[in-house]
Amino acid sequence: MTEGPIQMLIAYLDAVSSKKWAKMATYASAILFLLAFILIPPVLGITFKLGLVGQVLRDQALMARAQSAILWSFAVAFAVASLDLVAGLPLAWFIARGNSRLVNVVDALVDIPFIIPTVALGFSTLLFWSDPSGVSGLFGSKVFSPGLALILLLHFAFSFPVIVRVMVGELLSYNTIYETAARTLGAKMFTIARTVTLPMLRPALVAAFLLAFARSLSETGATIMVAGAFENGPVFISNAKNSGLEGPMVLVSLTLILTSLAVFALIRIAGNRLRLTLQRVWPKIEGELSSKGSVRARDSLTFLVFGLFVLLPSLFITLPAARALGDGTILRALGGEGIWSSFWQAMLLSYVIGIIATLLNVVLGMPIAMLIARRRMGRNFTALLEAVVNVPIVVPSVALGVSLSLFWSSFGFLPEFWIMVLSHATITYTYFVKAMAAAVEGVPEEMEETARTLGSRPLNVFRRIVLPLTKYSLFSGAILTFTRSVDETGAASAVSRQLKTAPVLLVSWVKGAVPASSSDIALGITFLVLTSFASLLALRFIVYRRR
Amino acid sequence: MPTLRLIEVSKRFGRVKALDGVTFEVKDGEYLCVLGPTGSGKTTLLRLVAGILKPDEGEISFNGKPVNEVAAEDRNAVYVPQSYALFPHMSVVENVMYGPLARGVPRNTARDTAMRLLRMVRLDKRADALPKELSGGMQQRVALARGLASGADLLLLDEPLGALDARLRIELRWELRSRVKGSGATVIHVTHDQEEAMSVGDRVLALRGGKVQQHGTPYHVYASPGNIFAANFIGGSNFLEGVVAQRNREGSTIRLRKGLEIAVSDPSHELDESVIVAIREEKTSVQPPSPQSRLPSLPGEVSEVRFLGSFVRCEVTLDNGDRVVTKIPIGRPGHQLTRGERVSVVYDPRNTLVYEHPPLGLRRELEAY
Repeated sequence: MTEGPIQMLIAYLDAVSSKKWAKMATYASAILFLLAFILIPPVLGITFKLGLVGQVLRDQALMARAQSAILWSFAVAFAVASLDLVAGLPLAWFIARGNSRLVNVVDALVDIPFIIPTVALGFSTLLFWSDPSGVSGLFGSKVFSPGLALILLLHFAFSFPVIVRVMVGELLSYNTIYETAARTLGAKMFTIARTVTLPMLRPALVAAFLLAFARSLSETGATIMVAGAFENGPVFISNAKNSGLEGPMVLVSLTLILTSLAVFALIRIAGNRLRLTLQRVWPKIEGELSSKGSVRARDSLTFLVFGLFVLLPSLFITLPAARALGDGTILRALGGEGIWSSFWQAMLLSYVIGIIATLLNVVLGMPIAMLIARRRMGRNFTALLEAVVNVPIVVPSVALGVSLSLFWSSFGFLPEFWIMVLSHATITYTYFVKAMAAAVEGVPEEMEETARTLGSRPLNVFRRIVLPLTKYSLFSGAILTFTRSVDETGAASAVSRQLKTAPVLLVSWVKGAVPASSSDIALGITFLVLTSFASLLALRFIVYRRR
Repeated sequence: MPTLRLIEVSKRFGRVKALDGVTFEVKDGEYLCVLGPTGSGKTTLLRLVAGILKPDEGEISFNGKPVNEVAAEDRNAVYVPQSYALFPHMSVVENVMYGPLARGVPRNTARDTAMRLLRMVRLDKRADALPKELSGGMQQRVALARGLASGADLLLLDEPLGALDARLRIELRWELRSRVKGSGATVIHVTHDQEEAMSVGDRVLALRGGKVQQHGTPYHVYASPGNIFAANFIGGSNFLEGVVAQRNREGSTIRLRKGLEIAVSDPSHELDESVIVAIREEKTSVQPPSPQSRLPSLPGEVSEVRFLGSFVRCEVTLDNGDRVVTKIPIGRPGHQLTRGERVSVVYDPRNTLVYEHPPLGLRRELEAY
């Protein structure tokens, strides 16, 4: 049987992959992409307009506003991450260690705020807490008006699943032999959790805290919806951009980029050095706290917090969305009447950008994931690579968007569409690389070495051994990248000039830039959620069918 | 220190019966070794006594008081897993202080107790080290000190020497026993290594498939294995199938396959009864064929010779096709045998054991599970 051209090409590439220059070229191009698209634009872009910062420094009122916004960004992120940790840990414990029938149900419900785009969550939270149709209706006045309190509630809800998910994973993989040993030494469960389990899971606690912190620091679209007159960093940047104040926008973006990088480094270093020594044990009090009654009370309180502050505000949007089905909004939407024609264009744009950004990241992120997982270039270089890869999730996305916009706009020939694609690729790069690196790390290197000694070329080993064993993570990483791109608001709003993606358009509807009813907004958001779900389901179906 | 008693204790995991009607007693200050192959239920037994698992049936009691419903943290029975489970984020002394602190002992007293026990295990100079900075043997000693510091009445050691290399394992056996015996604690030590069980235990309990096979002093278990499994698992034995051909007050003669006969000292089995004759490998010797031997012998041909360091393992195919293994110390006559050589396997009838033929056959009986 003669080989087709594709087989011949694969055979050729397999053969070439043994050559040192081929390996070098693959890794060099991936590193070049990392530098050219992930590191340099966000860092360099902002410096193009540093001259404008002088305007702000001379305007004391503007300076005070900018300082306050930045401080509030960190204060909110710190408060939210701390509260999420306190409220999320008991729920994670319940899911990982509970033997109740409710475990599976709670486990599934936890992910809801994670899956719903933050724009949807923002509108849903706004309606739940401050619209007469929500809890405000029960009290006859607004429970929470748009402002700081609502921002805290919103950020608490969307950061909550991050903490729970990370901690459930850690608790499930944690070796319970330490708890068993501690129990037989006479310690009660509360004491064991405090003195053994949680100190041993300290790196995971720090990671979960940082993720929640970053998510809060970065969120823009939903925050704008619930902010009212209150300004944190991203809201300030967005307001400055809308008012044409480039100087303040650049100053706050630069400050947010630098301070967030510094704060992250500080928390990580301090978190890893922090050593919790065993000072005291209170057998009586901790024994009481370990009793069945106390555990039941703790679980009930945990469910109450989760239900009232996370689940209900997240799902509340289903009510106006259901109303939209009966009041004719659905017909206008499907017919593309009025504001709906721009909505469908925005949806199409979101999807096209999402697909291209995902493809770019899959192709160019894979070699970096391999480099990180296999530490091919030494420990220090790998640590540096990991730090660079993390930049897009550490830096607030709107600040990143401002810098990216300034950088890519300086290339006059680049159309806005491609600037948006590149910005989305940068914003989502980390998700794919981290998912793939973790998956490749899970494949023992001995497998690759064995395959090589059996006569396989490096590319063949990758295609036949590594890829099949990591394909689930590849698809998951791609799904995550795609949905993250479609939902992205902060960077998209910073980059957007003429073109608007769906989340950016929906934020402008909520802010009243375009006359839209709450049925319109709820239905628009529902379409965004549904299409996200549909794409997730389709990709998952592919994964499971291939498995 | 308590007397521990298990009465008809059973434990299932789904359809698998991990322990089946286990009954035994451990006396105050006694060192019991539970010996069995992988999957025999040793760890399950230990976890049941520790209170980490609850029995499905039966009763566990300490000093006559049932403890089935007593939580692990209230039993005063410390479980030391094979990995030792030293808390990696705590220093050596903090690990050892953990038990006293958990039971409400003031910090200073807890520290004094911990330091006293660390001195006992000769690790007081490493009190501030982290567990990862210690060797396997040192970690084992810290785990022991931690268990003793908690004031435990009962120490439950799950393969305590299993994580060490072969040489250290042998060296630390006796040290482990003497330290624990010195503390006065009652101990259950689980192992799959019969040599280890024999050398450290006051008594040995053999487990197989969740059932107790034999319970007694190491010498008793070795010299008078209660069944074929025990005879095989605790020290190696040769097994020959036959039928009782003659019996008198001094013993019996068993007819093996193809008419070969073997004399045994046990006269208890009936004429024509199918039996299994067991002879310890080290209780046989090999000689050139000679009609003037003082002891009875079985004729055969050397089929395999393996040099194993201090002795030679020689396998002889008897004239009826059965195989017998004999261990010849280096330097003794016969250690330079070669394959194909005609020999006589010499044995003393007083060293033979006779068992009823098992209903499921000899092969099934010899399997570990």
